[in-house]
Amino acid sequence: MTMRKLLYSIGVPVLLLFSFVGFAQDRVITGRVTDSTGLGIPNVSVTVKEQASRGTTTSSDGAYSISVSANARTLVFSSVGYARREVPISGTTANVSLQSTASDLNAVVVIGYGTVRKKDLTGSVTAITAKDFNKGAIVTPEQLIAGKVAGVQITSNGGAPGSGSTIRIRGGASLNASNDPLIVIDGVPVDNGGIAGTANALAMINPNDIESFNILKDASATAIYGARASNGVIIITTKRGRGGKPKFTFSTQNTVSTLPKKADVLSPSEFRAYVQSHGTPAQIALMGNANTDWQNAVYDNAFMTDNNISVSGAAKNLPYRVSLGYLNQDGILKTGSLARKSASVTLNPVLLDNHLKIDINLKGAINNTRFADEGAIGNAVRFDPTQPVNTKGSRFDGYFQWLDPNSTTGLKKLAPLNPVGLLEERTDKSDVKRSIGNIQFDYKVHFLPDLHVNVNLGYDVSKGEGTVFVPDSAASAYMRSPDAKHGGVNNRYLQTKTNTLLETYLNYAKDIKSIRSRIDATAGYSYQRFLTTNTYADKSSNGVLYQKPDGSLDTAVIAGAQRWNPYSDRTVDGYLIGYPSYPNDKPENRLISLFGRFNYTFEGKYILTGTIRRDASTRFAEGNWVGWFPSGAFAWRMKDENFLKNSGTISDLKLRLGYGVTGQQEGIGLYDYLPRYSQSNAQAQYQLGNAFYPMYRPAGYNPNLKWEQTGTYNAGLDYGFLNNRINGSIDFYLKKTKDLLNVIDQPAGTNFSNKTIANIGRMENRGVELTINTQPIRNRNVSWDLGFNVTYNKNEITKLTYTNDPNFPGNLTGGIAGGVGSTIQINSVGYARNAFYVYQQVYDKDGKPIEGLFEDRNRDGVVNNLDLYRYKSPDPTVFLGAYSNVSWKKWDGGFTLRANIGNYMYNNRFSNTGVQRNIIDPLGFLANGSRNVLETNFTGNGDKYFLSDYYIENASFLRMDNINVGYNAGDVISKNTNLRVGVAVQNVFTVTKYKGVDPEVSGGIDNNFYPRPRNYVLSVNFNF
Amino acid sequence: MKKRNFKTSVLLLLGFSIVFSSCLKYPNLKPTNDVTSETVYSTPAGYKQVLAKVYGAFALTGNQGPAGNGDVQGIDEGFSDFFRLYWKAQELSTDEAVIAWGDIGIQDFHNMNWSANNPFLTGLYYRCMYQITLCNEFIRQSSDANLAKRGISGSDADNIRQYAREAQFLRAYQYWVLMDLFGNPPFVTENSAIGGTPPPQASRSQIFSYIEDQLKQIEPNMPATNEYGRANKAVVWALLARLYLNAEVYTGTAHYADALTYSKKVIDLPNYSLLSNYRWLMLADNNVNNPEFIFTINYDGLKTTGYGGTTFLTHAEVGGSMPSSNFGVGGGWAGIRATKNLVNLFPDANGSTDKRAQFYSSGQNLEIANQTDFTQGYAVTKYRNVKRDGSMGQSQDFSDIDMPLFRLAEMYLIYAEAALRTNSAPDIANALTYINKLRGRAYANDPSSTTGNISQSQLTLDFILDERGRELYWEGFRRTDLVRYKKFVESSYLWPWKGGVSGGTGVAPYLALYPIPSRDINANTNLKQNPGY
Repeated sequence: MTMRKLLYSIGVPVLLLFSFVGFAQDRVITGRVTDSTGLGIPNVSVTVKEQASRGTTTSSDGAYSISVSANARTLVFSSVGYARREVPISGTTANVSLQSTASDLNAVVVIGYGTVRKKDLTGSVTAITAKDFNKGAIVTPEQLIAGKVAGVQITSNGGAPGSGSTIRIRGGASLNASNDPLIVIDGVPVDNGGIAGTANALAMINPNDIESFNILKDASATAIYGARASNGVIIITTKRGRGGKPKFTFSTQNTVSTLPKKADVLSPSEFRAYVQSHGTPAQIALMGNANTDWQNAVYDNAFMTDNNISVSGAAKNLPYRVSLGYLNQDGILKTGSLARKSASVTLNPVLLDNHLKIDINLKGAINNTRFADEGAIGNAVRFDPTQPVNTKGSRFDGYFQWLDPNSTTGLKKLAPLNPVGLLEERTDKSDVKRSIGNIQFDYKVHFLPDLHVNVNLGYDVSKGEGTVFVPDSAASAYMRSPDAKHGGVNNRYLQTKTNTLLETYLNYAKDIKSIRSRIDATAGYSYQRFLTTNTYADKSSNGVLYQKPDGSLDTAVIAGAQRWNPYSDRTVDGYLIGYPSYPNDKPENRLISLFGRFNYTFEGKYILTGTIRRDASTRFAEGNWVGWFPSGAFAWRMKDENFLKNSGTISDLKLRLGYGVTGQQEGIGLYDYLPRYSQSNAQAQYQLGNAFYPMYRPAGYNPNLKWEQTGTYNAGLDYGFLNNRINGSIDFYLKKTKDLLNVIDQPAGTNFSNKTIANIGRMENRGVELTINTQPIRNRNVSWDLGFNVTYNKNEITKLTYTNDPNFPGNLTGGIAGGVGSTIQINSVGYARNAFYVYQQVYDKDGKPIEGLFEDRNRDGVVNNLDLYRYKSPDPTVFLGAYSNVSWKKWDGGFTLRANIGNYMYNNRFSNTGVQRNIIDPLGFLANGSRNVLETNFTGNGDKYFLSDYYIENASFLRMDNINVGYNAGDVISKNTNLRVGVAVQNVFTVTKYKGVDPEVSGGIDNNFYPRPRNYVLSVNFNF
Repeated sequence: MKKRNFKTSVLLLLGFSIVFSSCLKYPNLKPTNDVTSETVYSTPAGYKQVLAKVYGAFALTGNQGPAGNGDVQGIDEGFSDFFRLYWKAQELSTDEAVIAWGDIGIQDFHNMNWSANNPFLTGLYYRCMYQITLCNEFIRQSSDANLAKRGISGSDADNIRQYAREAQFLRAYQYWVLMDLFGNPPFVTENSAIGGTPPPQASRSQIFSYIEDQLKQIEPNMPATNEYGRANKAVVWALLARLYLNAEVYTGTAHYADALTYSKKVIDLPNYSLLSNYRWLMLADNNVNNPEFIFTINYDGLKTTGYGGTTFLTHAEVGGSMPSSNFGVGGGWAGIRATKNLVNLFPDANGSTDKRAQFYSSGQNLEIANQTDFTQGYAVTKYRNVKRDGSMGQSQDFSDIDMPLFRLAEMYLIYAEAALRTNSAPDIANALTYINKLRGRAYANDPSSTTGNISQSQLTLDFILDERGRELYWEGFRRTDLVRYKKFVESSYLWPWKGGVSGGTGVAPYLALYPIPSRDINANTNLKQNPGY
């Protein structure tokens, strides 16, 4: 789909809906909207309650003017970050003051299937709106709130263009199943599973379109999403039209990205000295005469531009917002880039005398990505600095490579390949299109206005296709066919996802004054279908393969023409290296749910909430497919009690208690419960007699699979002092997961896989979250917001196996470079998830590690794997976020800080490259390595040194994520316009003892991590 | 107006309730990328493809060559094939081989300090049990009742019943491996349900009887000849001969007379004779014109690819200054070498006298000061992915060499050893002829040559052990042989770095048996660990 088609497909429904008609106007009301300090608030939406389509927004000094019809009675003022206010119309002037929602309890918080006022919340929910978003060059939505929310840890997965983040809410509840939270965008729970050809599914969402995040953390808030809620829920709401004349917003952000820190490797002279002193004459002779900084050769400053234009207003009585975005980001690793074209349309018509509200949201994006070969990151560290980038006459496109006259390819086997060659010779491009949209009807029943009927139809469709091309002259793919007669890569892939959603619910809310109570009940149904199509080889109509295993076409059974076979692996000349054994693949799963919620409020002070969800998932057999997920919570608004009502110091105090059960079924296979056979591919056939047969293999399965369940206890206190200038909350939680969807060892001989997924094991997360928001200064000219959040989380595995054998060490995990199949982590009962599992290093009197000498911890006379011990874990025990925002007259500025404490990292780059064996490789080539080798003098012989706890480093850090300054020039160009200019720096500095490049690597194993760039950002926003 | 609103409301509510009440039924989704067992077993061709898996699980690590969709979980897939793991357990723990690599647990073999968590032993154990599980399923699916139910009859049914007998043989072979290495494995048969309760443990002698019974049960109906790569009557006898030769180790009761009987049955078959040139045995085209192999694991550089088996052997043996193209591989992995004990079994290391000595000494030290340095210890050149005519195998990444699990030379050696141990004169005389066939081939590329022949007085049990070393080295026999000769853990026979000491040392007797992997001990409460671990 081209951009034009995309616009067209969105534009047609827009035009259709524009045809609703409005009516005449007859008087004008003017006024000014100010905050509590008397400062004008720009961009406040002003609408007429009786005519939802009629509206305007305030200018930069807060002034507005609106024409209303004769029957208009009330004006509605709303703005993100301020409490909504309704003001009766009297006369032709209305000056209004709005309360900031940082302290406002009437602010509306979006929860599953509805909204609730903040003061009526019983669960642990954090709302972050646009004014609190992180500033700077932000490509993917989740980075807007990194460090802003207690209990939410957002770790970017690296510096590649558009790369995603690992999001953990309260530590994550699973071991082998998914730990990702559920993300709901405008009412559509989206597929977080990614699509072929994109680094990150969320990278398809333009952050500029987002108005707010609501993060649901405890079970009483999330249980309405039942089966998918164990890891928390993030509800993203996009911006919408506010009515009035068209208001245009244009923003451009231009960024220069730089490499903040290079890996510390031997310089050419150090390298020469090292090889001279440690190598044999033959090895010394391998050195060249060049002085190459390979990291300089693969990294470069990169430019990024992000431009957005949006228009919002109302056409007659149809509020709308339309936005277009164009982002172009180059990676600091050469050749990588991302271009994103995005568009979004929202329409919010109100029909039938305000009885029927319709929300239409359409978002689309086209991402064109070129993936740099990230193998170059490691090879730039390892490549011999005495060798040149290019050598004349070399057959591998002129790039220097390690050669071996005895090998068939002419290349030295297992030697690193020239990193510049890897980058320049590989063209790995993808086009991914994704659209998410929904139409939601909210109908207030005519004869019973307290009853709402809500129907939501949504979709999330994407299509990813791409090609990988490597010329046959490139070293990485030279003569790569098994018979060495064909080389290069020319592969194509295609995947489509079609996810559809139907949800409908009834809501009944009523104040029953006679018993001083309010009830609010919701009941609904949800159906969501996830369908993926992987285009593999095609099949004929009767289901028989087109292609025989040897690659020839089985003409006898073909009915129909031969078609594209995109998932096969081909060389440049079209020689088939491998293709999937099955003609096509359409994995599908469905979730079918019923849910209900009941809120009861007594005297506005005592609030009870109960929810229940019945989820049914096709990932389980029929007998197990239904799960019930209840929750209950209680809140007590202590502030409204007589003893606090008149307190001037305490402006808010609320106690929340909740318990709920949530489930998990993501992160496991779709058909793990079914007995099934699969056929082997062309390279895995077996010869019987003179024929080769593809093999039919039975798959391991577990017919008894069922839901993983997490029970969450939460106790929280919301507080506010001094007119809420100091406010926040503290929450204590305990999450207990049982029936973990855990990949466990089957008793040998009882299944077709020695490890299958089963519901076994228990895990706990317990923690404390504290949020403090303050406004130390608030007056006419200056306002200063200062906020701080801290989270303590402790994770412990409490059961892993059927039997609790104390001798069972646990399940090894965390693959590392160094030895094939080596792991550095373990999941063990009584320890945190992914604890490092290492030997205890012995040091000499100077504190230097002695190579190969480890503590015989069990004193049995030999050092073997029984002496491995669990030492620290990659997850921080405490993580903190802090922000400061100051505005002074037309200036504003701020920064965000983030810190992790108690997180440890395995420095795999040190262990893998910082040894003599790596630098002077016995296979007959040289490689550079970490300067750590000069400290340890390790040779790299033996099979244990890389499992030393010496390489486990404290990676606690304090990082300034961004700092920014802006100047709001106001209406410099003409009246009713607004211009803001800002500069920002991202990834400003990091304070850490960790000796590698970056202390923050999700998973705790640092090896060839794509460095996060430091960004210098200039932004201009222009409203007119 | 009011009326219209009411109508709208009713319509909306009606629509809503229809939506609400629909779609709570289980949709019973089926994968499109897999097939169910009923489809697979609906045709004789389907049975054959499952039989290919039952055999192919010896050669391949999974459903995707060379790697990517493995059978055995929890171990690097490249390590997870049968013969590579079996070879490491049988050779690295002995005087025949050391390895340069640093993978966790791999040096434990030669240092003889393995534990129940050793990843290679765990991988081997699960590979064997996996293959047994596959055999059980195939036998179950091939029952008369299942064949009748699926309408398969006549010669198709007879073929499938023959496949099932072969599955019985393969299962017996894997139980033999488990019994030999791990002693007391869990015991599952075709009567054990998938997903069923943890199976009971069987003792070594119970497994011995089971193997014996199974082999004798299928023996009468096994064909004398079969397709290449499939089991026949001779290999059933050959396994019985090997089983009986080691019976005293397994059960405490010797069965040398039976070993003699069954090895003789194979020797007397007209089908088998020695290949004239020993150095042709392990070449890329060893599957053609080769009368010596009784049963092989079949590899193919293009169609049967993986990182184990002979691909491992051809790559891992190449390093140092060895020209990889001589071995038909793109480059070596610089891993495995021999200790001087193996080299010293031969009159000279360059094979000019006994041509079975296939060593590479240029740039290599005979002595081993450091096991992780490839240049210490002579390299071995026995496995070469080139053909007899010198041309390369089909691929430089994956080997074409088929790996014999049973070949005639072993039957000669079993016969000779059993003859000496039973001390029967006519049999010893026969044995001398057989051994001298091996000697004639070794010295003159001619089994009938008298060059290199020995006299009857030289034919002793110790000579047999050495001759087994010379003839069968690096083919996966050594640990079993040393255990039978009581030289594996004992201090009476030492080799460099035996027990982790440079000059070698005796180790605790319990190490003669590998431990049951702790992962299975933990998953299956019926299992008891072998003593000592």
